[in-house]
Amino acid sequence: MLAITIKQFLRSKAGIAGFAIIAVILILAASASFVAPYNPTEQSFTQQLLSPSASHFMGTDRYGRDIFSRIVYGTRYALLSGLLADGVALGIGCLLGLLAAFYGGWWDFAIMRGVDVMMAFPYLLLAMLTIAILGPGLINAMIAIGIVYAPQYARILRSSVLSIKENDYVSAARAMGASDTRIMLQHILLNAMAPIIVQATLTAGAAIIEAAGLGFLGLGAQPPTPEWGAMLSGGRDFMLSAPWIATFPGLAIAVTVLGFNLLGDSLRDSLDPTLHRH
Amino acid sequence: MLEYIIKRVVALIPVLFGITLLVFLAMHFVPGDVAQTLIGEKGGQEEVVKLRHELGLDKPLYVQYGIFLERALTGNFGVSYQTMEPATSAVMRAFPVTIQLSLVAIFFSLVIAIPAGIFAAVRQYSIFDNLLMGGAVLGISMPVFWTAVLLMMLFSLRLRWFPFTGIISNSISLHQITGFQLIDAAITGNWRAFSDVLRHLILPGIALGALPMAIIARMMRSSLLEVLQKDYVNTARAKGVRELKVINKHALRNALLPVITVVGLQFGNLLCGAILTETVFAMPGIGRLAVTSILFRDYPVVEALVLFTALAVVIVNLMVDVSYAYIDPRIRY
Repeated sequence: MLAITIKQFLRSKAGIAGFAIIAVILILAASASFVAPYNPTEQSFTQQLLSPSASHFMGTDRYGRDIFSRIVYGTRYALLSGLLADGVALGIGCLLGLLAAFYGGWWDFAIMRGVDVMMAFPYLLLAMLTIAILGPGLINAMIAIGIVYAPQYARILRSSVLSIKENDYVSAARAMGASDTRIMLQHILLNAMAPIIVQATLTAGAAIIEAAGLGFLGLGAQPPTPEWGAMLSGGRDFMLSAPWIATFPGLAIAVTVLGFNLLGDSLRDSLDPTLHRH
Repeated sequence: MLEYIIKRVVALIPVLFGITLLVFLAMHFVPGDVAQTLIGEKGGQEEVVKLRHELGLDKPLYVQYGIFLERALTGNFGVSYQTMEPATSAVMRAFPVTIQLSLVAIFFSLVIAIPAGIFAAVRQYSIFDNLLMGGAVLGISMPVFWTAVLLMMLFSLRLRWFPFTGIISNSISLHQITGFQLIDAAITGNWRAFSDVLRHLILPGIALGALPMAIIARMMRSSLLEVLQKDYVNTARAKGVRELKVINKHALRNALLPVITVVGLQFGNLLCGAILTETVFAMPGIGRLAVTSILFRDYPVVEALVLFTALAVVIVNLMVDVSYAYIDPRIRY
């Protein structure tokens, strides 16, 4: 199965393109201090609002900070927001979905009605509400986004677990005296990972957009953090005189999210046996 | 059908109950003392205790929830800390702007996405199909606030084709009847105001419509592709029916069903996008109200706004479910 999936994935040009984009972003994040020509937070009042040139590839902002350097360092915050928010969502959502499907009855009713309630809120509004409680900031924004996306994982995992738990090997494990925790983690969760992996990839992209959105609204990363959403927001005052300030951070967000979406779409196609032609 | 609708409405009761509970608890856990906030820093401790008693904040949590439910049912959320007007009025004034913006966005997305999706499915794997699907993935990846900023930079600031911010120009007066500027302008025959409001809505509408456009185009394509492989389509072709008629009469009608659901389910997405789009274009809708009320800790407005919005999403989702069951008689959950 794994071999077929990998073969299927390698056939997808879009998937490989997505993988390449994410690899480049990862390399940039890891080597930001080598790649970035300037300190991302260092202000220079003699270099304000310079247009893109050989010395500043993407120009400078109102404080004379090099936009290219800020974008390179921003990859760290983007990936961090994608991974952390996704991790929170995955952790909470999978736990809820697993408990709901495994124990059924009131567990299922209570958890899934809670999920329904959460999903009734537009996710950005729910994230903003969570930030109202936690306070603005990058980490709080990531937690808020994680909470918002958790119900999706709960729903996906619940439906997978409902069918998996009826398998003979689960009954066999139970007959051999395996504990509920062992059955859930070792026999059920591991077999329900395929849709979760796809969801994790797609959610990472969505979480990056959400975190940037919260940064844009002033509820996420605070200045002078080189976070793309906040950078884009800072460029709004100079849309006519220095359009590069708002243009490049947005492009960085779009390219990164595109990478995750291409990868997620291809993984979904590769992992879906109904789409395998040969 | 009636039985189905009743069942769906009854199933909503625990969800609505849960929504009120979540909003109540969220507001309860927000740091800071409401009474102290209302009185201000200069207020004495005695005044704070008195106000806490008056507001029922010294009562047990379940009693406070009861009071909250009663207020929610009567639409009385108190007054805005910023403007001192009733919170419900502030939300009700902002909602029409967002609804008009959302409708314009959905209009743009449908007008482009449906024909594009159909054409991509009919010409599967053609250059157009590849371009469209590539464009759709790009559309899904582009943050709405960036699209909005780019459109504003190009069409408002550089080319000056569209107004910069707001919902109506300051120089134009409009008599308010329904709160929906377009409807009010049409009712009063104020066509200058009508075209002005429409011009204000076009750029934010396109920015907001980009994401649903991409999602709907993808859905339309995949849905039509699936239907085109069905036996009844093959039968129609075998009978010698012209391809255009096969697509129009046999395939399209059935392929549109899942698209309708997706369109309906975009409402939540649109509200999220509206929060960001309205911020860029400084439009006085619920998005902008949400941002300012959360930043200024204007809790009565936040309460009213979150509750109304969640209610609107739930009702729209119910309408989608019901319309889907109505259109497709096979569906009876």
